Amino acid sequence: MSGVFSPTRAKIKERTLRTDKWWLQPAITFGVLFSFVIYATFRAFENKYYFSEPLISPFYSPCLSTSCEPGSALSFFGQPFNNKYFGIGISPALFILIFPLGFRMTCYYYRKAYYRAFWLSPPACAVAEPHTKYTGETRAPLILQNSHRWFFYAGLIFNVILTWDAILAFRNPDKEWGHMSVGTLVFLFSTTMLWFYSLSCHTCRHTLGGRLKHFSKHPVRYKAWTIVSVLNHKHPTFAWISLFGVAGADIYVRAVASGAITNFYFF
Amino acid sequence: MARKLNLRIWRGDSTTGALQDVQVDVNEGEVVLDVIHRVQATQMGDLAVRWNCKAGKCGSCSMEINGKPRLACMTQVASYDEDETITVTPLRAFPVIKDLVTDVSFNYKKAMEIPAYSHPADLAPGDARMEQIDVERSQEFRKCIECFLCQDTCHVIRDHEENKKSFAGPRFFIRIAELDMHPLDTLKNRKRTAQEEHGLGMCNITKCCTEVCPEHIRITDNAIIPMKERVVDIKYDPARWLGSKIRKRDGIV
Repeated sequence: MSGVFSPTRAKIKERTLRTDKWWLQPAITFGVLFSFVIYATFRAFENKYYFSEPLISPFYSPCLSTSCEPGSALSFFGQPFNNKYFGIGISPALFILIFPLGFRMTCYYYRKAYYRAFWLSPPACAVAEPHTKYTGETRAPLILQNSHRWFFYAGLIFNVILTWDAILAFRNPDKEWGHMSVGTLVFLFSTTMLWFYSLSCHTCRHTLGGRLKHFSKHPVRYKAWTIVSVLNHKHPTFAWISLFGVAGADIYVRAVASGAITNFYFF
Repeated sequence: MARKLNLRIWRGDSTTGALQDVQVDVNEGEVVLDVIHRVQATQMGDLAVRWNCKAGKCGSCSMEINGKPRLACMTQVASYDEDETITVTPLRAFPVIKDLVTDVSFNYKKAMEIPAYSHPADLAPGDARMEQIDVERSQEFRKCIECFLCQDTCHVIRDHEENKKSFAGPRFFIRIAELDMHPLDTLKNRKRTAQEEHGLGMCNITKCCTEVCPEHIRITDNAIIPMKERVVDIKYDPARWLGSKIRKRDGIV
């Protein structure tokens, strides 16, 4: 017997004596994150309905495969990947999703969320976890959580690309500038939230000033650190909103590309 | 106006024990510690409870109230429904001594394992000066009252007794962070020892320590995660490691 049932501890048979709905938050987190994973997996493998000029799904941007729909690839990157490897057709999304996925998987906030909701380690504070052994993030595979900063850097590059996609959304289907549609607003919202999510990140906070010993010797970095610290308070909020924003942008593009709805233009 | 409160108190020692129900008077504005004292005065004269300041500043009356680690002196009875039974138990991460009193000496042993502040050899004690913005950073961590609620709720040791030998716990991670962020501290290996000796890597940042802290110290965001990032700087980031070798400094100034 270990943990709260160890021989020297108070003899209480319940795993927890909490009387509030401690299970509610992990249950909601599980439901939402699991739904997103199912949807994102489906979309990553669907390999269609991801582009409707000028909108490209964030799950497929940048489109780097020779199988990308005409007009969906950015000339800056080209199309370096084939549509098949070893005779197996590969969706363009699979070449890029590892980066945003890795950023969220190693994110300090999401770690808290899924350790609690999926791994029950612990399911909630002062609620005994079901595992008999625990080594935390000291060995493989969880030691790879220390790669968060690399995914953060990659995420910044993706943010620039998705910002460019949002700018391109100010064109009409004939590639003429100066237009604005519902899709433009959807992309602007999604991209803005992604920037807030990235810039409020703990790694960003550390990189800008957190690693310093002397704030007073680095006033500019200290100022940047204080600004990011304010954003950092809202990091969980930005994590969720940006997740919904990306999913919403993809759902919108899919609906437009499949012909279910028309992308309404304001002008 | 007094009313009756249903209270369930764990009574026992390290060999045996059980929850016992009592009914006790409670007055408006009282905290759980007041009620426990009334039980002690009127019904259970030998009830053991540790307390001191009754102001949330000494950290003595840590216990678990309805399953949550809390200070009894800072927990208003009125925050519970009138018909609700309030259950009070000792901290469940530490060995129980008697009733609501636990043996928290684990924490004092861990405190002794943390190397103290190391003053620069070429700076006389009276000559040390710090800018206010550098002081403020560690000031948050100095608010700690050592109630050990964070240690109690941390599942690394609460749910795994075997981890106690290799895990210092959140209270001491804020101590390490405070010293590692101190502009004048000269000890160079705090980051490495935090990871390799004090078990920083075992923390999976589920933030329960922050949730229960009565001083509202942002333990995870301001101490543990920054320390994890500093550990990445020296152990898991080849680019920074290379930069530190080229520039011949530890990269943190």
